[in-house]
Amino acid sequence: MKVVYPHMGHMWICIKAMLEYLNVEVVVPPPSSKKTLLLGVKHAPEFACMPLKLNLGNFMEAAELGADTIVMAGGCGPCRFGYYAHVEHAILRDLGYRYQLVVLEPPQKHIGELLGKIKHITGHQSWRRVINGIRFGYRKAEAVDKLERMSHYCRPREIQAGATDLALQNALREIIAVNVPEKLPAALNRAVEMMNAVPLDKHRPVLRIGLVGEIYTLLEPFTNLDIERKLGNLGVEVDRSIYLSEWINEHLFMGLVKNMRSSHLVRQKAVKYLGHFVGGHGMETVGNTVLYAEEGYDGVIQLLPFTCMPEIVAQSILPRVSAELGIPAMTLIVDEQSGEAGLVTRLEAFVDLLARKKQNGEVLA
Amino acid sequence: MYGYLGIDVGSVSTNLVLIGEDGTVKQSFYLRTRGRPIEVVQQGLKQMQAALPDKVKVAGVGTTGSGRHLAGVITGADIIKNEITTHAIAASNVEPGVQTILEIGGQDSKIIILRNGVVADFAMNTVCAAGTGSFLDQQASRLNIKIEEFGPLALQTTVPVRIAGRCAVFAESDMIHKQQMGYNVPDILAGLCEALVRNYLNNVGKGKEILPPIVFQGGVAANAGMKTAFEKALGYTVHVPPYYNVMGALGAAMLAREATNRKSTRFKGFEVAEMDFKAGGFACDGCPNVCEVVEILESGKVIARWGDRCGRWSNALARHEKIS
Ligand code: SF4
Repeated sequence: MKVVYPHMGHMWICIKAMLEYLNVEVVVPPPSSKKTLLLGVKHAPEFACMPLKLNLGNFMEAAELGADTIVMAGGCGPCRFGYYAHVEHAILRDLGYRYQLVVLEPPQKHIGELLGKIKHITGHQSWRRVINGIRFGYRKAEAVDKLERMSHYCRPREIQAGATDLALQNALREIIAVNVPEKLPAALNRAVEMMNAVPLDKHRPVLRIGLVGEIYTLLEPFTNLDIERKLGNLGVEVDRSIYLSEWINEHLFMGLVKNMRSSHLVRQKAVKYLGHFVGGHGMETVGNTVLYAEEGYDGVIQLLPFTCMPEIVAQSILPRVSAELGIPAMTLIVDEQSGEAGLVTRLEAFVDLLARKKQNGEVLA
Repeated sequence: MYGYLGIDVGSVSTNLVLIGEDGTVKQSFYLRTRGRPIEVVQQGLKQMQAALPDKVKVAGVGTTGSGRHLAGVITGADIIKNEITTHAIAASNVEPGVQTILEIGGQDSKIIILRNGVVADFAMNTVCAAGTGSFLDQQASRLNIKIEEFGPLALQTTVPVRIAGRCAVFAESDMIHKQQMGYNVPDILAGLCEALVRNYLNNVGKGKEILPPIVFQGGVAANAGMKTAFEKALGYTVHVPPYYNVMGALGAAMLAREATNRKSTRFKGFEVAEMDFKAGGFACDGCPNVCEVVEILESGKVIARWGDRCGRWSNALARHEKIS
């Protein structure tokens, strides 16, 4: 059995760690690229959203590398993602691929459901080892998230263009290389040092923008045309409303790890504007916008794939949140037609708008 | 005398504007880009130089439009700004207190909302071309009407025909249908203007609060039928500024004046028009993205690079520059 799972930002790093620790052979698909998208677009229904198209492309590219088993998250509720695993499996079957499918549903009642599925993939491993493997993967996710957060701080303040990107690449390499849990803390220390070594101008004025929206588009830089880097280079410190470790904790561990940003508070904040679950991260998008406004951020950018229903609901609510709380919000919709020049113009104009607003505000105050 | 040069390189047109120290327009040119941005910038500079009295010295250059980086690199611009900002700057200078800017060009259209002199919100059309000038161009040529006659003819209407304007394809078939039913040309033209305005307000203006003073700019603002259709739909007077066609370049020039305040310009001089620039490029094979990396060469030397997703090429150059 050679297991493949779709790309979503740096997720591959932690799943690879977990599965390899459990002696499962893993095929990491090539990073999502134009080629991946092209493959997906060709075989997916046109109005499916970008995540499905890229997943499909990932699986097709991985098949060439010998993958034979798909592991994918499932879901429930109004978001179509819940049945993507099955739709993708069916499309692949029609194309003649022989893939076995394992869907990891978010546990309804108890984490045991999830453990059972993972045990199925890993075969004859002891429970203890399975749990250690999961913990290892999770710790890697935390490490990656920490480094990404540091890069968000560094990029707008770096003295030499590109220094942060380079440091992040090297730092991640340290994390990726670790194959036993015991060595992770030391590797993380080295990685953090690398990030700390980026020369910064700490007094440079920066703008702060919160990124909200659909999780896949937020996490996968290929879909959002590298928005974090683009904004960073425009002098913006970004905060992503969702990080992988938070999502894992929330949806797969059912909040087992404490002291993390919780979506409970976020949903509470959304209630005034959107009182019920609309699928995906619709409520979180609204709630996080409220939170960012309260925390004094300069602006919010919502990201969503074209045709994403929960986010469209949120999008229609954001103007009201934005007007009432006085936080500028902009929505960017991506699909395979998205042009880079248009996106860059919008980002620049939005950043200008925030900068002018801030300047004027300070003059008045 | 000092002057400030603004250059707006779009996919369809390239505009150059020179303003004096007082901000008034001394010269302006509107050229077709025709897919050759470097050549057209050089050609524009030549025309500008020829039209200017010898004593004018360029003290600052600003570029804007989708080709802003390219134009900025080859001329040595002091400021490179996106078109939303430059349009807003220009409009608030010609119409102090402006609160809404309607902008319709050939390929794209945008709306900019200003409050207290600051951009408060904006939107651009994304995929739909039924809200842009090319839509009118196409329909005019189908009716065998010169685009300059479009506006005056549309104004002769008594009862505009209602044309479905959701999408250029629907509009076209609906227009042909109305034509066959025997409606006269002015009524159809006025109907087209109204259809475009409806489309623009629905798809670009979407829910934004449109308050006066309103400025209407971009190539389509030349069409008097469009101005009237906007006024009818909005219930406010709509102003078309004298340089409606080159507002981006005007704004860029104004920003250049601001940016070079007490600083010397980086402008390479009108000699740029004679220099040898080439846009080279290659497909990087570093990863499956196979980025088309563009290189701008000045006399064979690489002066700028972009197009790589990962920064491998553009960063390398930036780093190099900083060290030397
Ligand atoms: S420029 Fe970077 S992202 Fe693009 S193909 Fe080369 S290595 Fe890949």
